[in-house]
Order: sequence, then structure tokens, then C-alpha cells
Amino acid sequence: MSERVLMKGNEALAEAALRAGCRFFAGYPITPQTEILEYLSWRMDEVGGSYTQAESELAAINMVYGAAAGGARALTTSSGPGFSLKQEGISYLCGSDLPAVIVNVMRVGSGLGNIFQGQGDYWQMTRGGGHGDYRTIVLAPNSAQENADLMYIAFDLAEKYKHPVLIASDAAIGQSIEAVELPEFKEHDLNRYDWAVRGAKMDEKRRMVKNVFYEMGEPYEDYLRDKYAQIEAEEPELVLVAFGISSRVSEEAVEGARAKGLKVGLIRPITLWPFPVKAFEEAKNAKAYLTNEMNLLGQTMDDIRLATGCSVPVYHSGSIFAITDTNDLIARIEEVMEEVKGGGQ
Amino acid sequence: MEKNKTDVTRCKGCGYCVEECPKKAISFGDHMNAKGYRTIVVDQELCIQCGSCYRVCPDIVFEIL
Amino acid sequence: MKLKAPDRITFSHFSFCPGCGHGVAGRLIAEVAEEMGVANELITVVDVACGSMHMNDWYFDTVMAAHGRTLVTAIGLKKARQDNPVLAYYGDGAAYAIGMAETMHAGIRNENVIAIVVNNAIYGMTGGQMAPTTLPGQKTTSSPMGKDEVRFGMPFKIEDAFSGFDIPYLARGALVGAGNVTRAKKMIKKAFEKHLNNEGLCYVELLSPCPTNWNMEPVDSKKFLLEEMTKHFPLGEFKGGDVK
Repeated sequence: MSERVLMKGNEALAEAALRAGCRFFAGYPITPQTEILEYLSWRMDEVGGSYTQAESELAAINMVYGAAAGGARALTTSSGPGFSLKQEGISYLCGSDLPAVIVNVMRVGSGLGNIFQGQGDYWQMTRGGGHGDYRTIVLAPNSAQENADLMYIAFDLAEKYKHPVLIASDAAIGQSIEAVELPEFKEHDLNRYDWAVRGAKMDEKRRMVKNVFYEMGEPYEDYLRDKYAQIEAEEPELVLVAFGISSRVSEEAVEGARAKGLKVGLIRPITLWPFPVKAFEEAKNAKAYLTNEMNLLGQTMDDIRLATGCSVPVYHSGSIFAITDTNDLIARIEEVMEEVKGGGQ
Repeated sequence: MEKNKTDVTRCKGCGYCVEECPKKAISFGDHMNAKGYRTIVVDQELCIQCGSCYRVCPDIVFEIL
Repeated sequence: MKLKAPDRITFSHFSFCPGCGHGVAGRLIAEVAEEMGVANELITVVDVACGSMHMNDWYFDTVMAAHGRTLVTAIGLKKARQDNPVLAYYGDGAAYAIGMAETMHAGIRNENVIAIVVNNAIYGMTGGQMAPTTLPGQKTTSSPMGKDEVRFGMPFKIEDAFSGFDIPYLARGALVGAGNVTRAKKMIKKAFEKHLNNEGLCYVELLSPCPTNWNMEPVDSKKFLLEEMTKHFPLGEFKGGDVK
């Protein structure tokens, strides 16, 4: 029977990682995700894994690269500026076909920004973030429970595609204390996959972890297209248009709006990339979309336009300074519906 | 009698061995290898199998038998 | 057979420049790994510059790390795979410029890996620019008038930076001259021994000639190394050695 515990969202991520068989963590303190580091600083020892507070986020992602090359389920976490430091390392993981899980507990703003919740890293996370022709799988939990659930499957996904998986959490989820049903422990074996480096005899085929196309040459073009085709063929079952912390307000706002007789629906993407295009095919009668996201440039709007073939207008709502108030969101819903009735954008 | 077996397909004509050999047994010959380098030649009579050439060669041209 | 290089290093030809020290260093590592019976377990981690070409010509499982992150990648790998000996192989640019933070913290934490740093006092792969180890007055493509040590500093010496650190082994050897090569091999062997004994950071810097980027014939570059470089980079064992 799995346990049900009151825990901080950040801690739920950490504990679920260990239960998923993660035994390597390297990180660095940065608000609002430092609890993950602090929790693992004593908990990782208990499960016999390796914990390092590295000298920087840059060092941490490169340690993860090394551990992943050796077959370990490796995790690093950060936020904002620290997450930016990891982009080269993430690019390297993609180029070398290595699995790993990287968490961005989103805060606000470019540069130093602020330590409170934000959702302004959507573009960075879903558009690659580092150099090169790649995107990473991105999962967006909206509660401490989902932090645990999505972390629990993240390593499986990463290994299935030999590709890094990013988890887009945020400060609100990270700092909230909620009841979490924790999953069972599962085992992982370093030598499970043949590609993991482990030493080679002269008469064996040896392994080299480096850009896959160095060895492959021309066939790489088809190989990479196939790899992404496989990743993009999988779509989530439950899909909504606000993600993460904003989706919880949106759920409440939709209920409130419906009580007023407004015909409002909600699409909540849990996987941000590949974007859940199919869900939008089901919303055929929509006359417009309204995002609610904690960024000012409406970072999910382009993906909605692409998913709907730019057939209907897409509006934005959201502030970077506060999670939207439910009543304000209902008011915005009313405003947008008026505008759409009157002829639209 | 062969004391010092060389694989001059590997030689890049750097000259370390020529300088290092205590018996001056190594010199540049007239042969040019496929890489385009003028390669060395060992005078087997003079060679005392000290191994200095093997040690300093960056391309593993030598094998001391 | 009195002296024959191991199969692990002779199965293909080296692509380094004529007279480059990488060929010697790579052979010494293969010899030591064979002699100590750990060649089947050794995992090597390389950087992105000239040294990375060893991926093609040594028969070990190898990981190519991001530039400057070789040591820290090796550290992560070793933590994940405690039973394998792990060797990080990289240059002075990676170690002392872009990767300086990682170098220092590996020393601070006394991380258990073998670090082999090939120092040619210049950035080789990118065409011969100034490095933190470039000698005062040395002409490079980014210091064509000669390195001005007032603006860019004196050559960086790892033994000074690590002087307060309690690490099991720190040494500097040279890859030219038979005597030096023999001593360098002993240093590498000692690094392996202490690493296999889980003592901590085993760090060997190896001075290498770089005829191409120094614009010299190989034998002249050997002279420059032995006469000029050693003035700034003395050879010897600084920690954990028998001598000095």
C-alpha cells in the first residue's frame, strides 16, 4: 500500500525521484527549489545513492551528464538563472542520446528576476533552450501530487527515448504543502542498457558517448527525424490550456463562469512538449482561446495557434507579480467573450 | 639481426628519435610514407635496444624486440 | 618482446601533429592501465579539443564531455560507477580557463578521480591563442606582440593554487626526452595506484610540445619546453611523491 504524506511540493519531487530509482543527484541552492537539495542531502544517503552540492549549476548538469553516461538515473534541479546555466549540458545530453531528468521550479523574470512563481520559461523549455536542433520532453505538474506522479514516470520516458525530460514546476507548487500519495520504490540497474559506459575488453565492442552523428554520419538525418517522430506520436490523455499553478486558478474560474451560465471549457496541457495538439481537435466549437499564464508575452499562444491552425483568436491573461485572482479571471473571461461576440480581435 | 622493428607508415618525421638515440643509430632516410612524411631508418648494427626511441616517439613507430 | 605498445593504443594511427605530446601521453596511459590490470574497467573522459582525438585511437569506453567540464563529468561518472577507475584527460585551457572553478572544487572536495592535464601553454585546437599558461612574451595568435603579463597575468601554476589542499597526488612531468617520459609514466602509475585505493584527487600535469602552434620544428619545440617552459612550470611531485 502506498503511503499518504503531507509534504512540500519540492520534497514530493525529491522523494518520488528516489522511489523511481534515481540514485544520483547534483544541484546548487537557488530559491525556490532549494528544499530539493536540502531534502536529498540527508535522504539520498539513506537509500545509498550519490548526492553532491556542486560548485555551480553548470558543474551539476555536467556531473549528471557523466552519471547518465554511466547508466545511472541522474537528476538535477534549479530555477531561473541557474536553469539557464544548464542549457549547454542539456544540449549535450540531447546530442549524445542520454537520458536524464532536469527540473526547473520556475520563478519570475529574466536576469535575476524574483523568487516567486512564474511561468516565463515556457519558451525556453519547449523550444530547446540551448544550441542545436533539439527539443526536450517537458512535463508540467500542477500540484505536489503531480510533482510526484510525473517525476515517477520521467526517468522511464527519458530512457525510452534516450533523451532528457524536463519538469516545469513552479514556486507556488514547490512551496505548497499538500497531501501526497507516494509511489512504491522501484529498482534500477546501472548496466540495464548496453550503451552505458562500464569498461571494455579488447574483443568487445567499446562504447563512446559523444555526439551521435560523429559515428553515424549521413544516416543520422533519418535517425533524428525518426527519434522525434516517435516522441511526438505519444500524447497525454488529459489536456488543458493553462498549465502548472495557473491551471488550478483556471479550474476554479471555469466553475465560477459556468455557474453564471457562460459556456467555458478548460484545456490543461500536462505535457508542454510535444504539445497536445489532439486535445484541440476535440474543442471544435471554440470560438476563441484564452490562456492564463504567469508571463507577459503569452508564451503558450503560438502553440495554441499552431494546434488550431490559426483558425480562431487567442487571448492572453496573467500577471507576473501574482497568481491571477479567480474573480479577476472570471471578469477577463466575460470580457473576452463579449469581444468575440462583437467581432473579435 | 632485427633488434628494433619499425612501422614507418606511422612516422611523421618529427625527429625526436634521431636526436634522442645515444648511438646515433637513427636517421632520416629517403622514403616518404603515404602520409607524406620523410621517415626514419634504424641502423640495426648500431642499435643497443635502450628503448629511448620507443619512449619518445609520439606515434609508436618502434618495437624493441 | 622487450618494448611493445599495448594493442589498446596501436590498433589505429594517431592523428596528432608531428611532435605532439598527446601521442606519448596516450601511450603511457594505455601502458599503465595494462600493467596494472585495469584496462578492461577503465573509463576515460575527454574534453573537446586536441586530446579528444584519443577517442578514436585508444580502446577504452570513453565519454566526451563539454569543454572545460571533463573533470566534473568524470566526477559524476565515478560517483555513479564506484567500481570503475575513471580518468579525465584534458588540456590546460579546459583546466585553467573555462574549467577553473571545476578544477578548484575537485581539489577542495578531494574528489576521487585521475586527472591528466596536458599543458602546452596555448590553445591548440582553435589555432594557437593565448592561454592562462602562456609564458610572458610568448607570441600567440591572440597576443601577436607577445603576452603582456601585466594585463593578462603570469602563467598559472596548479601547485600554487593547490598548495593548501590535502589531495593524495599532484605532480608535473614532461612528454619529451626519454628520461622525462619514464618519470611521467611513473607519475601516471602512482596516480592510478592512489585512485584505485580511493584516496582522492590524483592530478598529473604533463608539459607537451605544440610545434604547430608554437611555429617551431618539433626538436626546437622540445628545446623550448625543456629550457623555457620549465622555468615557469617546474617538473616534480608536489604532493604525495617520494621526491620534493
